Amino acid sequence: MKIVVCIKQVPDAKNVRIDPHTHTLVRQGVESIINPFDLFAVEAALRLKDRHGAHVTALTMGPPQAEEALRDVLSRGVDDAVLLSDRAFAGADTWATATALAAAVRKLGDVSLIFCGKQAVDGDTAQVGPELATLLDIPYATFVKQVELGDEGRLKVVRKTDEGMEVWRLPLPALVTVLRDVGDPRVPSIKHKMRAKKAAVPVWGLADVGLSEDRVGLKGSFTQVVRVFSPPKRADRRMLEGPVSEQVEKLFQFLKEAKVPGL
Amino acid sequence: MNYFLTDEQKMIQELAEQIAREKIRPVRAQLDEAEEFPTEILKVLAQSDLFGVCIPEEYGGLGGGILENCLAVEQLARACIGVATSYAASGLGAYPILLYGSEAQKAAYLPDIAAGKRLAAFAVTESGAGSDVTAIRTTAVKDGDSYVLNGTKQWITNGGEADIYSVLAVTDKTKGPRGASFFIVEKGDPGFTFGKKEKKLGIRASATRELVFQDCRIPKERLIAREGMGFIIAMKTFDKSRPGIGALGVGLAQGALDIAVEYARKRIQFGKPIITFQAIQHKLADMAIKTEAARALIYAAARHLDTDPPDAGKVAAMCKVFASDTAMEVTTEAVQVLGGYGYMRDYPVEKMFRDAKILQIYEGTNEIQRNIIGQELNKEYGRMKETFF
Ligand SMILES: Cc1cc2nc3c(=O)[nH]c(=O)nc-3n(C[C@H](O)[C@H](O)[C@H](O)COP(=O)(O)OP(=O)(O)OC[C@H]3O[C@@H](n4cnc5c(N)ncnc54)[C@H](O)[C@@H]3O)c2cc1C
Repeated sequence: MKIVVCIKQVPDAKNVRIDPHTHTLVRQGVESIINPFDLFAVEAALRLKDRHGAHVTALTMGPPQAEEALRDVLSRGVDDAVLLSDRAFAGADTWATATALAAAVRKLGDVSLIFCGKQAVDGDTAQVGPELATLLDIPYATFVKQVELGDEGRLKVVRKTDEGMEVWRLPLPALVTVLRDVGDPRVPSIKHKMRAKKAAVPVWGLADVGLSEDRVGLKGSFTQVVRVFSPPKRADRRMLEGPVSEQVEKLFQFLKEAKVPGL
Repeated sequence: MNYFLTDEQKMIQELAEQIAREKIRPVRAQLDEAEEFPTEILKVLAQSDLFGVCIPEEYGGLGGGILENCLAVEQLARACIGVATSYAASGLGAYPILLYGSEAQKAAYLPDIAAGKRLAAFAVTESGAGSDVTAIRTTAVKDGDSYVLNGTKQWITNGGEADIYSVLAVTDKTKGPRGASFFIVEKGDPGFTFGKKEKKLGIRASATRELVFQDCRIPKERLIAREGMGFIIAMKTFDKSRPGIGALGVGLAQGALDIAVEYARKRIQFGKPIITFQAIQHKLADMAIKTEAARALIYAAARHLDTDPPDAGKVAAMCKVFASDTAMEVTTEAVQVLGGYGYMRDYPVEKMFRDAKILQIYEGTNEIQRNIIGQELNKEYGRMKETFF
């Protein structure tokens, strides 16, 4: 079984500063890390590999230094890695990103399962996974906390939603975006670290994945960031404390005083 | 300081540091408080290949030597020597097999130890035989195709948790120091049980138990090397393992120094950070000097010992004494730098101070190490033709 894990290098949120004039992230000089949710995606893939055997490929689109992120996951036990990197990919929104990733997955060929993190901590859109599945025309499940490979090659997943847990069965190939509940990312091993150091990481550009320039990068993007700003602080928030029954009572009084219709 | 480590050595160091930072540091206080064996952390260490650091590649290890072992141990110890002791004791238990085991014994045990699937332990001490190893009373009597063991081992690290035990027992009382032998005993062997877990001052994440042998029958193939080799195997094992105790000391001292300096920079008294007071600066300076000196000794000695030199016993003892005394001194001063806060369980130096003491006691007390060094000096100078005054 071939598994692909999509990962992304993001600025380390602990050290990110906001430019006071432009209100955008200052990325220069900020250390990069792997998007934390993507490490859970890697872990989910490796656990399936441990149990059932699989070939796990890590895929990222990014600048040349994103190779670092790929070597990190290789040192945790991923089998091989591909870096999608081309000037033409720059400035991509989620759709243009998914377009490039989809082309790379097609080029890899015969992929049964794709794992993504639930969202990236820099953009926070949670769109790339579903878009990638849509472009590949395969089923997907988001916000997954548990993954099992059942009989007849069907995937059983448990989704955590605001309404509760959902258990789904998906035919393969499929795409899954995962939550941290899938299990703590493993640390590297010495043997994998040594392999990762020497591993060849192929770099695929626009021509390698057979896309035209107008479909990727800024040109292939449907959305553009016009302005970034901090939302105004939400005023007048109060925390209710004490036993739940007391809190309910306080809330009821409060709503009544606020003259909420029907109370 | 640059110790000119190879890429592979740096990799071992970095990985052990990562595990210490991510997996050990966050839980060390809780493991200590609950006296809880670090099963989950040992699983992480297993998966990271670190249990195989000094086991040859043909048995699934990384083929490193004493230096590689010290590098791993030091980094783990920087976070918690209770956890690091559990890790290191498995290596200690493996050494008799590694150094003197038959091909079949190595093939049967080393791959599992290297993979961290089975934990090992080393059992010499008894209630009446601490420093005086020759006073052991556990016996192993040959009976057909078996040996039958009787006796009780005391204070065995990883006791009850380990699957593989290297056990020293008397095979011929009449032969004195040539009358003891090492055996491999497995958890589950008939007649082999464990006593209660000891309650300790420090290294409370490590498990220390009695091993009880009551007509414990094992196949005769479990004898390591030949009958009578027991004390030689014990000594050769210590030559390999004692630098590792030194590395525990270096790591612990570094861990205490890290906290003391950080704290001294933040703690304000008389309107200034206490690190601006010369009395505190000098303390920190002495702590840093001793820690670095201990590290330099351990690394240099480990490289030397990896060449199997004739003075191995003396050099290994020097590592153990110097670095463990350093750890005791540095952790004591770390508590002093933190003042009352250092005495409280809320800060990690309280635990480090309690933990440090064991390093001066186990694997041969520091008095015994000084005996070894002193006796060796006497012999060395006795052999010399040159006079110095
Ligand atoms: C937490 C813990 C874990 C341990 N783990 C293991 C293990 O895994 N395997 C194992 O086999 N053992 C283990 N031990 C035992 C340990 O190695 C012994 O405690 C140690 O060798 C000292 O023996 P003793 O405690 O009987 O002290 P004693 O030998 O009774 O010594 C008491 C004091 O007298 C001093 N002394 C004794 N003889 C001399 C001498 N000739 N010259 C000068 N001073 C002397 C000692 O230095 C010490 O200060 C462990 C002990 C502890 C506490």
